[in-house]
Amino acid sequence: MIQFSQVGKRYPSGHEALSAISFHIDPGEIVFLTGHSGAGKSTLLKLMALIERPSFGQIMINNRNLARMSRRSIPYHRRDIGIIFQNYQLLSDCTVFDNVALPLNIAGLYRPKEVARRVRAALDKVGLLAKEKMYPVVLSGGEQQRVGIARAVVNKPPVLLADEPTGNLDPDLSREIMHLFEQFQQVGVTALIATHDIELINSLDHRILTLRQGRLIADSHAEALA
Amino acid sequence: MRYRTSAARKIQRRPQAQLQTPAKRSQVSRRERRTSSVSLGSYFVHHWRCIGHSLGYITQTPLASLMTLAVIGITLALPVGMYVLLKNVQHVSAGWNSTVQISLFLKQDVGEGAARQLARRLLDTDGIGAVDYISPRQAMEEFRQFSGFGDALNALPSNPLPAVLVVHPKADQSRPGAVEGLVQRLRILPQVDLANLDMQWVERLYAVMDIAKRGVLILAGLFGIGVLLIVGNTIRMAIQNRREEIEVKKLIGATNAFIRRPFLYYGCWYGLLGGAAACVLVNVSLWLLQGPIQHLSLVYGGAIRLQGLNFGAAAAILLFSTVLGFLGAWLAVGRHLSAVEPS
Repeated sequence: MIQFSQVGKRYPSGHEALSAISFHIDPGEIVFLTGHSGAGKSTLLKLMALIERPSFGQIMINNRNLARMSRRSIPYHRRDIGIIFQNYQLLSDCTVFDNVALPLNIAGLYRPKEVARRVRAALDKVGLLAKEKMYPVVLSGGEQQRVGIARAVVNKPPVLLADEPTGNLDPDLSREIMHLFEQFQQVGVTALIATHDIELINSLDHRILTLRQGRLIADSHAEALA
Repeated sequence: MRYRTSAARKIQRRPQAQLQTPAKRSQVSRRERRTSSVSLGSYFVHHWRCIGHSLGYITQTPLASLMTLAVIGITLALPVGMYVLLKNVQHVSAGWNSTVQISLFLKQDVGEGAARQLARRLLDTDGIGAVDYISPRQAMEEFRQFSGFGDALNALPSNPLPAVLVVHPKADQSRPGAVEGLVQRLRILPQVDLANLDMQWVERLYAVMDIAKRGVLILAGLFGIGVLLIVGNTIRMAIQNRREEIEVKKLIGATNAFIRRPFLYYGCWYGLLGGAAACVLVNVSLWLLQGPIQHLSLVYGGAIRLQGLNFGAAAAILLFSTVLGFLGAWLAVGRHLSAVEPS
């Protein structure tokens, strides 16, 4: 589903954010990406969302080579990956419902019944069906993050990317959020979750990729195979 | 995800140029997928929503929007007001054209009978509306009355004034060029000593109005550019205010067209509402001028009614200002939206 081959990223300043990263993630896998801040977690996710382009190497997502993707097709690529942000990135002047409906609208879906059905399905999954008419500011951090997750999955993308999704949440809420990812995994969604919450990911039984100074220093999956 | 490092954006463009064809292939397959889920109906729903949302942008900040609208309205009202005044002057001066007259001073040996016969003949000529005969005695009376020489004229042994035929051209012959031709024809009549056309002021008026018309056009052009810049600047600020929203939309797969659309409608709204404000301003100004102008026209013994903007002109102004708003937004969006990339 996701394949990195010898991917490197060097900024014009000379700083090498990633070097020679190679790994492969199967469909339906949940993978945690961990490492200290500055280790390259965010850069790796940015390369996958085509916010930045790699300096070397190749990235394949869903059998598509990102290097061959033109600027014009970037939006369509991003519709296939749901992105979840540490600070939620919800639109404050839209209701919960409209926030979750946004990816559908962007993809050109406007039929009210269809939109409502899919938005409510997504909100139901994250347990916020009762709050669809509220504005994000009145929700707690955990609820806002769940709205963010509902927005990321409403379009049923095959891949989810999350950058510190539990960074602002307490352990109980974090566990709840991770449990949501496990539910999506059961319907075949592949998820790559960047986090430095070692305690949390150690309590869950999923593959862990560890970055240090731009290099992949540990892959629990590979170790298990060895 | 908070992504920074703007310098990195430059390198991201590098790999795409070399690999055009496969990219196109993948685009095609996507487009197919896109059209399958997008119906024409939802396309209209989307536009309709954009129109509503963009109006929402305006009502969200009522005071700032009102001030911007006032600036656009005043800017447009200046050329529109001048245009309306010019139209009124043209309307009034069309009435003055009927006062254009040609004085034919007849030779001394032409008697009253011959003069009246000539007057009747002239009446049948093309382009002449009326002919008045003024006998030497009438001319003398008038002269005595208006010149103030009075008694001095009594000292003259005989009446030195010739008989005069006053020719009034038809209204449609009153443009300077046409009347000039008529004068030429009358001048060569054997009975006529001198043909005099007091026309210079009309010519001057027309010349001045031509200059004024050109001036209004130039002003309209300049103020139009002004509106373009005002709307452009407003849109630029709106884009800055909605920077985060734009970044989020781009990150969840919005195309540039999708993000651009509400801002274009936003510009159209500013143009349309600004144009409406201009029409209101002009008509209110005319209403305020109506009283004094009526007073003036009474003094001159006429009845001048100011004409406001008619429906067609108002519609044209609204259309023009909407297009200006759209263009202003289009220019601003093209320049500033591409600068907002998630980072």
